[in-house]
Amino acid sequence: MRPTMTPRNRWRNSVNNVMLTLTGVCAAVSVSSLFLILGYLLFNGGKSVDLNFFTKLPLSPGQVGGGMANAIVGSTTIVLLASLIGLPVGFLSGVYLAEFSPKSFGFLIRYTADLLNGVPSIVIGIFAWSLIVHNMHHFSAIAGGFALSLMLIPITARGTEQFLLEVPRTMREGALALGAPMWVTIATVIVPAARKGIMTSMILGVARISGETAPLLFTALGNEYWATSLNEPTASLPVMIFTHATAPYEDWHRQAWAAGLVLLGLVFVANILARTIVSRGASLPK
Amino acid sequence: MKNTLIAGAAALAALFTGAASAQSITGAGATFPAPIYQKWFADYHAAHSGVQINYQAIGSGGGIKQLTDGTVDFGASDKPMSDTEVAAVKVKPLHFPTVLGGVVLTYNVPGVETGLQLSGDVVAGIFMGTIKKWNDPKIKADNKKANLPDKDIVVVRRSDSSGTSFVFTDYLSQVSPEWKSKVGAATAVQWPTGLGQKGSDGVAGMVKQTPNSIGYVELLFAAQNKMTFADLKNASGKYVKATFESVTAAAAASKGLDKDFRGSIVNAPGAKSYPLSTYTWLLIPSQIADAGKKKAITEFLKWMLTDGQKQAEGLSYAPLPAAVAKQVQAQIALIK
Amino acid sequence: MATHTAAARPIRKKRLIGGDELAKAFTLFFAVLILVVTGTLVYQLWITSSPAKEKFGFGFLASTLWNPVTDEYGALPFIYGTVLTAFLALVISVPLGVGAAIYLSELALPKVSNALTFLVELLAAVPSVIFGLLAIFTLVPAMRDYVQPALQKVFGFSPLFGGPIFGVGYLTAGIILAVMTFPFIISVSREALMAVPREQREAALALGATKWESTWQIVVPFARLGILGSVFLGLARALGETMAVTMVIGNDPAIHASLLSPGYTIAAVIANEFAEASGKMYPSALVELGLVLFALTMLINGLAQLMIVLTTKKGAAKG
Repeated sequence: MRPTMTPRNRWRNSVNNVMLTLTGVCAAVSVSSLFLILGYLLFNGGKSVDLNFFTKLPLSPGQVGGGMANAIVGSTTIVLLASLIGLPVGFLSGVYLAEFSPKSFGFLIRYTADLLNGVPSIVIGIFAWSLIVHNMHHFSAIAGGFALSLMLIPITARGTEQFLLEVPRTMREGALALGAPMWVTIATVIVPAARKGIMTSMILGVARISGETAPLLFTALGNEYWATSLNEPTASLPVMIFTHATAPYEDWHRQAWAAGLVLLGLVFVANILARTIVSRGASLPK
Repeated sequence: MKNTLIAGAAALAALFTGAASAQSITGAGATFPAPIYQKWFADYHAAHSGVQINYQAIGSGGGIKQLTDGTVDFGASDKPMSDTEVAAVKVKPLHFPTVLGGVVLTYNVPGVETGLQLSGDVVAGIFMGTIKKWNDPKIKADNKKANLPDKDIVVVRRSDSSGTSFVFTDYLSQVSPEWKSKVGAATAVQWPTGLGQKGSDGVAGMVKQTPNSIGYVELLFAAQNKMTFADLKNASGKYVKATFESVTAAAAASKGLDKDFRGSIVNAPGAKSYPLSTYTWLLIPSQIADAGKKKAITEFLKWMLTDGQKQAEGLSYAPLPAAVAKQVQAQIALIK
Repeated sequence: MATHTAAARPIRKKRLIGGDELAKAFTLFFAVLILVVTGTLVYQLWITSSPAKEKFGFGFLASTLWNPVTDEYGALPFIYGTVLTAFLALVISVPLGVGAAIYLSELALPKVSNALTFLVELLAAVPSVIFGLLAIFTLVPAMRDYVQPALQKVFGFSPLFGGPIFGVGYLTAGIILAVMTFPFIISVSREALMAVPREQREAALALGATKWESTWQIVVPFARLGILGSVFLGLARALGETMAVTMVIGNDPAIHASLLSPGYTIAAVIANEFAEASGKMYPSALVELGLVLFALTMLINGLAQLMIVLTTKKGAAKG
C-alpha cells in the first residue's frame, strides 16, 4: 500500500531525498580528500623524487641536487630504537594486563597507559629533552628513540591486551585442564592465537611514530651528515620535511615533497599491511 | 650509487657498534650567517674528511641557550652575549667574529619592483602598526615617484629568538624614541604586530609568497631568492643600499670592537654606511676537554679567519676588516 | 616444569604454578614501568613549571603578555588560539563526519561501506607534518588568493572577517585541523550507529517514517553518546596537534577578533620557542603551558572514553 501523496508527505519525501543525498556528499567529500592528498603528493613528490634523494646528503641552500639519504637512515635508526624499547615494554605490559593483573591494579595501569597516550607529542618532546638531552649534554638519536617509544608503549600495550582478551576461553581452559602452567599456556596457546591482532597493533604503532615530528625537534635535532653514533644529533624525514617546507629555497621545497611522498608511502604500506592481516570481522585496535 | 648504498649500510652498522670514525662536532645558532657557515663547514669537510661539523640554524637565542646548557660544542649569534649571559655559562665562551653582514627590509609589493626608500621612523611606524597602508603619506614622502597601492601592509617578523631581530630592534630603538620606550631592543620582543616566522629563511619565504608584505632578513636570503629590498636612510641622511661596500663602510666608520671582540655597528655614521650592518659571532668555549675536538675547532678557526674570509663576498657577506681578522686569530690561543 | 596436584597447592582463582610467579613478576615489571615513566613525566613537568607557577599564579591563565625581555608571560592568547582553532575544526568536521558516518552505516552497501571506511581510516594515519606540507603549498595560497578575499567581500562588515589577508591564520589552521579530525569522527560515529539494534530502525519505518526521519529521529539519538564521544576524541586530537598548525597559524602571540588574522596555539609556541628559551622563567612558562594543554586533553579524552564505552557494544570488553 503506497502512502498517500499529501503535500506534507511530498515535503517529507523531498527532505528525505535531500538529506540522504547530502550524507552521500559528505562521504564523497571525505573520501575524495584522501585522494586529493595522495594525488598532490604523488604529483609533486613524484616529479621531485630522484636517485639523488635516496643517495646524497643535503647540500647547502642554493645548491641543487642534494638528497636526504641521511634522514632516511636516521629515521630508520630512531624508529628501530623506539621499537626496541617500546614494543617489548608494551607487549609484556599487555600480557600482564590481560592475564595476571588483579582488577583494581589493572585499572590503574590501563588508566595510566591511556593518560600517557593522551600526552600531546610536543610535551613528550619536552620530557625527553629534560630527562636525556639536558642531562647528557647533547642531542642524540637515543633521546629521539626514547621519546617515540613513550608513544609506542600505550598503543602496543592496549592492543596486545585487547587481542589477548579476545582469545576464546575454551582455548585457555583446554590448556589449563591439561595441567599446563599459566605461562606455558600464554606462550604457546594464547599469544599465538592472538598474534595477528598483536602484530597489527605493533605495525600500526610503529607506522604512527615514524611520522611524528614534534618529539624529535628537541631530542634528535638534525644533522647535515651521517650520524656516526647513536649519541649524536640525527636527521630524520619528518623534521627535514618541516625545515625544508618552511624555507624559501625552491630546491628545498622540491625535496620536502619528495620526502613527504616517501614518508607517506611507508606509512600507508604499513597501514595497509596491518589492516589486511586482521581477519575480516575482528575489530581494529583503537 | 652503489658506493653510497654501501656507505649508508656501513653507517647504519657503525651506529650500532658506536664506531666514531670522523671527528663530529655539533653547533647551533644564528640563521643570519647560516648560508656561509654551511658552505664553510661543507668545504672544510671536503678538504678534511676526518672533521664533520654539523650546524643547526635554530636562531641566535637557541644557540646561546644550547651553549649555556652544554648540549652543543659551539654556538653562533648575531647578538653578542651580555656579561650576565656569559657568566651563566659554566665554561666562559669566547666571541669569534666571522663575517660582516647586512639586514635588509625585503618587500613584495606588486607594482613597486625596485627602488623603495625607507627612513628609520617610517620602518618603526610600519613595525609598530601605526603606519598601516602602503600608500600612507609618510611612505609616500620618501618615495615620490613610486606607485604605492592602497593595500594593508602585511608585516612579517621573527617568531624565534633572533640575533637578526636584535640588530633590527637595536636600530629601531636608535631611530625611534617611541619604539625604544614601547618595545625595546632584544632577540625576542613583544612585537606590536605582524606574522612570526622561524628563521631568516622563514621570513624570506613568507614575504616571497605574500603580496604586500614586508620583512627583515639577512641580505643573502633576499639576494638568493631574487627579492627586492629597500634602501635605508642612514645616520647621515643618505639613502643607502645594502652592499658589500656599504656594510664594510659601516664597520670602518664605527668605533672598534671591545677587548672581547663584542660590539655593534648599527646606525653607523658616514655617508656611505648601511645602517643595518652587523658582525656575527661564533661562540667557542674557552676550555674544550676533548683533545680531538679542540684540535679540529682551533684548526677550523684558523682556516676560517684566513681562507674562509675569501668566500664571504661571493655569498653577499663582507669579510672582516683585515686588522680585526689578525687580532681575532690571536684569540685562538686562548682556547685551552 | 613439573605439574603439581591440586592437593599440593592451595587452589586460587587462577592456578599459578611454578614458573608462573616468575612470569607474573616479569610482566608486572614492565607494566609498572608504564606507571614509573608516566609518573616521572608528570613530576618533571610539575617541577620545571614551578618557577612560573609561583611567579604568575592563576593570573597566568588570564594574562595576554608574552614578553621574553621582561620575563612576563601569560597563557591567554595561546589558550584562545588552541580553543578557537579546535572549535573551527569541529564546526567543519562534525557535520561532515556525522553525515558521512550516517551514509556509511545506513545507506551504503556493506561492501562499499567497508571499503570506504578503510580509505577514510587511512587518512587518520597521515602524519601531521605532511598535512602541514600540503597546507603551506596548497591551502594557504588558496585561502590567500580566493577564499579569504571572497569571505571578506561577503562578510567584511563583521569584525570576524576583517583585517589584512595573510593566507595563514586561525581559519586556515581550523580547516587543516578539520581534515585531520574527521576520520576519527567518521570511524567512531559509524561504529556507534551500526551498534544501534535493527529493531529500532524497523519499528520507525513500520510506523511510516521516511528513511531520513528514522535515521535522524531514532537511530542517531540512540547512538548520540558514541557520536558525542567521537567528537570529543576529535577535539582532543585537534587541541594537541602541533606540526600542521605550527606551519599555518602565523605565530602571533596575541588575541585577534578576526578569523583571518594570525594567532598562536600552545603546541605551536612550544615547538617554536622551546629550543631557544634561555634563563629560568622562559622555559618554565613554556612547560606550564604544556601542563595546561595536557590537563585540557586529559579532561577531553576522559570524557570521550566514557561516552564511547557507554554506547558501542564491545565497549565493556575494551574498557
